[in-house]
Amino acid sequence: MAESATTLPPAHRTSRLDIGSLLTRHGAWIALALLILVNLAITPNFATWQTLNVNLTQVCAIVIVGVGMTLVIATGGIDLSVGALMAIAGSLAPLIFLGKLFPLPHPAVGIALAFVVPVVVAAAFGWFNGWLVTRLRIQPIIATLVLFIAGRGIAQVLTNGNLQVFNLPNFQFIGLGRVFGIPFQAVLMIVIVAAAAWMLRRTVFGRQILAIGGNEKAARLSGIPVTSVKQRVYLISGLLSGIAGLIVIARNSAADANLVGLGMELDAIAAVAVGGTLLTGGRATVIGTLVGALIIQLVRYTLLANGVPDAAALVAKAGIIVLAVWLQRQSHR
Amino acid sequence: MVPLLSMQGIDKRFAGIPALRTAELVVEKGEVHALIGQNGAGKSTMIKILTGYYRKDAGEILFDGRPVEFSSPQEAQRSGISTIYQEINLVPFRSVTENICLGREKRRFGLLDWSAMHEEARTLLARFSIDIDVRRPLMAYPTAVQQMVAIARAIGFDAKLVIMDEPTSSLDEREVEVLFGVIRQLKASGVSVIFVSHKLDELYAVCDRVTIMRDGRTVPVAPMAQLSRLDLVTSMLGRELTQVLHEGHDAGNARDDVREPVLKVSHLAIGRKVRDVSFDVHPSEIVGLAGLLGAGRTESVRAVFGADKPDAGTIGFAGTENTISAPLDAIRAGMGFCSEDRKLEGIIPDMSVRENLTLALMPQLARRGIVDEARSREVVDRFIRRLGIRCTGPEQRIRELSGGNQQKVLLARWLCMSPKLLILDEPTRGIDVGAKAEILSLIRELAGQGLAVLMISSELEEVVEAASRIFVLRDGHTAAELKGDAVNEQTVMAAMAHGHEEAQEAAHG
Repeated sequence: MAESATTLPPAHRTSRLDIGSLLTRHGAWIALALLILVNLAITPNFATWQTLNVNLTQVCAIVIVGVGMTLVIATGGIDLSVGALMAIAGSLAPLIFLGKLFPLPHPAVGIALAFVVPVVVAAAFGWFNGWLVTRLRIQPIIATLVLFIAGRGIAQVLTNGNLQVFNLPNFQFIGLGRVFGIPFQAVLMIVIVAAAAWMLRRTVFGRQILAIGGNEKAARLSGIPVTSVKQRVYLISGLLSGIAGLIVIARNSAADANLVGLGMELDAIAAVAVGGTLLTGGRATVIGTLVGALIIQLVRYTLLANGVPDAAALVAKAGIIVLAVWLQRQSHR
Repeated sequence: MVPLLSMQGIDKRFAGIPALRTAELVVEKGEVHALIGQNGAGKSTMIKILTGYYRKDAGEILFDGRPVEFSSPQEAQRSGISTIYQEINLVPFRSVTENICLGREKRRFGLLDWSAMHEEARTLLARFSIDIDVRRPLMAYPTAVQQMVAIARAIGFDAKLVIMDEPTSSLDEREVEVLFGVIRQLKASGVSVIFVSHKLDELYAVCDRVTIMRDGRTVPVAPMAQLSRLDLVTSMLGRELTQVLHEGHDAGNARDDVREPVLKVSHLAIGRKVRDVSFDVHPSEIVGLAGLLGAGRTESVRAVFGADKPDAGTIGFAGTENTISAPLDAIRAGMGFCSEDRKLEGIIPDMSVRENLTLALMPQLARRGIVDEARSREVVDRFIRRLGIRCTGPEQRIRELSGGNQQKVLLARWLCMSPKLLILDEPTRGIDVGAKAEILSLIRELAGQGLAVLMISSELEEVVEAASRIFVLRDGHTAAELKGDAVNEQTVMAAMAHGHEEAQEAAHG
């Protein structure tokens, strides 16, 4: 064995190593580039504004939630409640701007409150998750399961289970509006991704998040306020879920407590994993989560645009996740 | 008479590093045999080889006259070797019988044979002189009885040899008495016991003979009664009394009692491990905390740093009293703490040298929450140079560094905060000789510049060399304060074994 290894030409060996480390380190980017190249070759009308916009809008909510999920996972936790919190925020907003909760002095006030109140409520629920995790020391997967189950119930009680339909362009700008031809939600998404990536890299808070995920005991002994950092991270995850909930109902011109954000927790976790964030915490990339979500979306788009049924696309999605997590393990050897 | 157990010439290597070297252990029938040694001396490896958890590389094991090599703890158990671990798990709301027969229920015609099982439980407990209604739930009985039930269950009917691995570490004094009662019962009925403990009093209370382990080797067996406490401690630590030199210390003699101590701990108590611990540290002074494993050293300093909550006592630091309730408070007040487990509580493996080094300093390096990278790099470069940290650069991941260089980064993590007091728990554990010397000389240099250092080390030589004053802890109490000429290995070992008076005598005699 040893002999055969030494007889290999050295040039060959180094090139193989390079490809290996390149794949594991920048696998997500390479996959995204390949997908775009393949689509340029085979998918008709791929290089158009419309294709870009369709794919961006499909991916916005997942990325925004995924940013919060990335931060939570970076501390070594997980947040299963994001979909349910989207449903709460999505149900609350129409109740406010339709004046069902309290009489409105002016429609503009209703719209302003419909943006602020649901997001604040979702953030408060997120903080509650953090409280369960830090103060009651419940494992994150169980602690957030509480609102995963109860949250959608709360949303249904709020709306009596009714579908709320509306047409309110001022509010729906968040889901349907455009800035210089680019969907407003995509702009919002990019701003959130950029802010979170900068925060993770440059601020004390970002370092503290990664330190906690990397070694919580060492972080505590180095004076990092573990409890407060974790609570803030879950709060941010809740807040971003709230924003995503508003985008989804604005896009649909309707809020259905049963459907808003359904399965979102899994999509977000998948995007985080494919993007290259370590699921055990300590290493995280927000840009990676964006790329991960784009890959999953593009694979689905490629298959659909080329006539493969949606059910088969789901299998492809699962395959990507397996591949991504396997690559990640390789790089950790 | 043929001994019940005879392990001879046992060798074991882990990844090429010897853990056991021709170790031997001979246990007679009906004997309580103590197995003692420092952490890493090879006690657990020895026991795990006996019970089939590990495979030996060389040597021979005779059990009950036959050569054996168990492939699993279950197989060892079937052959009559029971092991009782530190924690005992039972189901409190089920009956005594169910607890005893759990996993080996008797059946008749496919149904549980309750009367046979009750009978079995009663007979088993009778062996330990326990007469209780086995149909009642376990929680109806006091803890001591529950403890006995647990031990009875573990031992069962067939045990010829019972291994107790630090069985008393989570028991209070009354429960320890109960356990000793059981051990005497076992002995009376011809069962042998291997008793692993760090508490010397317990060894003298129940054990007949002792095997002492050191660096994977065994010291010849001796009857307990023929060994003094001092003999035990010196054999464990590997120093012959004749070798111990009187290394007088002139440094620091004039220093104490003149200035106010920066740290003053009085009558500290935490759980079962720390009962009454007092010590103090002055500026510019290196104070050692010595003691056997489980004496309460680490627990005490963790409480000082706010990592654990004390039950009683006062901790005075830099003019305040009991104001520290979390590590963050301690750090703000001017303390640093290098934990004994570098991997588990020190480094953040995936982060760079720079990020690890500035972890505690980070809030001070930031303006409005944004890290000032330029200042951070400046601090890191300075400390890499000053401590001679060998790395490819500040961005190298700390996991790739050697143990000694990782420890230097952790020291720098605190030194860059300009602390008043630095607490070092086993600062040289798992570090090569060169780095060890470097770290110790650095500590001395820092103390010369006014830093107060509180140092725990299991290597006696190291503490005696570095410290100008040593507090010796024993079973959670401060047993002695040694200073001046009394700071030598002999007095420290005497204090570890006996307490204060004997230490004084040893110092003068």
